[in-house]
Amino acid sequence: MVENRPWANFFAHLTLMIGVAVVVFPVYVALVASTQAPGDLLRGTLPMLPGAHGIENFTRMWQSGVSNAGAPPAGMMLWNSFVMAMAITIGKLSISLLSAFAIVYFRFRFRMFFFWLIFITLMLPVEVRIIPTFQVVADLNMLNSFAGLSIPLIASATATFLFRQFFMTIPEEMLEAARVDGAGPLKFFKDILMPLSVTNIAALFVIMFIYGWNQYLWPLLITTDPDYYTIVMGIQRMTSEENPQWHLIMAAVVMAALPPVLVILFMQRLFVKGLTETEK
Amino acid sequence: MQTKRMTFPGRFLPYALLAPQVIVTLIFFIWPAGQALYQSLLREDAFGLRTTFVGLENFARLFRDGAYLNSLSVTVVFAVGTTLLSMSVALLLASTVNRMIRSRSTYTTLLVWPYAIAPAIAGVLWWFIFNPSIGIVPYILDMVGYQWNHRNSGADAMMLVIFAAAWKQISYNFLFFLAGLQSIPQSLIEASAIDGASPMKRFWTIVFPLLTPTTFFLMVVNVVYAMFDTFGIIHATTQGGPAQATNTLVYKVYADGFVGLNLGSSAAQSVILMAIVVALTVVQFRFIERRVNY
Repeated sequence: MVENRPWANFFAHLTLMIGVAVVVFPVYVALVASTQAPGDLLRGTLPMLPGAHGIENFTRMWQSGVSNAGAPPAGMMLWNSFVMAMAITIGKLSISLLSAFAIVYFRFRFRMFFFWLIFITLMLPVEVRIIPTFQVVADLNMLNSFAGLSIPLIASATATFLFRQFFMTIPEEMLEAARVDGAGPLKFFKDILMPLSVTNIAALFVIMFIYGWNQYLWPLLITTDPDYYTIVMGIQRMTSEENPQWHLIMAAVVMAALPPVLVILFMQRLFVKGLTETEK
Repeated sequence: MQTKRMTFPGRFLPYALLAPQVIVTLIFFIWPAGQALYQSLLREDAFGLRTTFVGLENFARLFRDGAYLNSLSVTVVFAVGTTLLSMSVALLLASTVNRMIRSRSTYTTLLVWPYAIAPAIAGVLWWFIFNPSIGIVPYILDMVGYQWNHRNSGADAMMLVIFAAAWKQISYNFLFFLAGLQSIPQSLIEASAIDGASPMKRFWTIVFPLLTPTTFFLMVVNVVYAMFDTFGIIHATTQGGPAQATNTLVYKVYADGFVGLNLGSSAAQSVILMAIVVALTVVQFRFIERRVNY
């Protein structure tokens, strides 16, 4: 800081603490609500301190779920979310590594055409073209399957674009040296490009995992079989019934939010790198 | 477009490497987008028995339709509200954190995690806090004499979805503002301090103008976010109501297509949205090109 002003520092800390409190507040309320007994939430206002029924609510939600809402146990929905997020992440990363490699390290006919074909998918989120995409997936008999949940969402160009940018910064000498030593394209890809891209892959992994985990509209439309419900959309099914059981719903909310939040907290450096690089 | 100076020879390999991405793009992107274009020119009769070609009639109808025009203005209010609220809070927090030396990383960690929360979950959280019967905020508002009810009042419902959308986006804006602030040379600020400029004056005459590129970039990103990534917030809370007060364009595509089963109109709306996304992306790219020279 330029000058030393104790009162300014005090106000700065005060501002930040209020900011942090506002940001944390909704989640704190959810945590408190998830530890109450069923009746406590119907008595007017919500208590501001945690109750004693936390373990009970979380176990019930994990094992049996809110059965009258037709939602399966949270444990199963969390597993479905995990499978879908991992499939989307790994799918996106592998197809974009391969295509970025082709675009940067080969010269072939229609290279520009393919680049633009991929590039325009950067622009349109699935929500915008939701009905025709749903029809295509229905025609392919992919409703109620993990393939239907994940494959249509791996068609996005962000990762390809990013890997292309990164490959362009790799020194020409790498390729020259590899070719002098007689390495073919696939060996070069496996033994030189992949090891160099590890941090980029990890950073994108964090961003893509959160993207996949948080999908909502797509699973909502293409799963009618509770065996394929993911946790984020399952919560909506529970809140839309007549008398929502808020203590159980909030337990599910906490469980749904925890995995991606932990990913961000423990991989903050990679997360920031992934976020700032995908958007630039 | 540039490639490496030296490339691999290969007749079939590059096509094989591109194939997975291109196939997925063609099946799940180009084909549906083409379908949307085609369907936007058709109309089905009430029983879905006959389809007639109607040209641009679906588009013309939309722009005569009060509900669609209402949805347009709802989207504008929602996008502007969300962008302004979340960017100003984020700028305040980022410039304050930027003063800190030892506690900077702690505060950053405490502020970035809402990025991980799904929009639908953010909606449910705020819906719960503002719940007219058991929520904490209506209870407090009641003491100062305001009857909060987002089930009846369109204004209350709009505020609720703006709060939820802005809350989720603060962490994103915060990170970009913080990065922008850290790239401003410290010497400029020290020089003006020596000339006797107060912290406020330094912020508005030096820091804020130098942040303009970041601010413009974030404005575009936030408008795109508010328009297209907030489906979950609307669907998990107000479902477009009460009385269409929060029926944004993206929500209306879904509601008219899947609930109202008006495929022609929904497809025409999809086409209009695609045009908006493309326009916004072009703006963003032209702007980024300029920022490189900045």
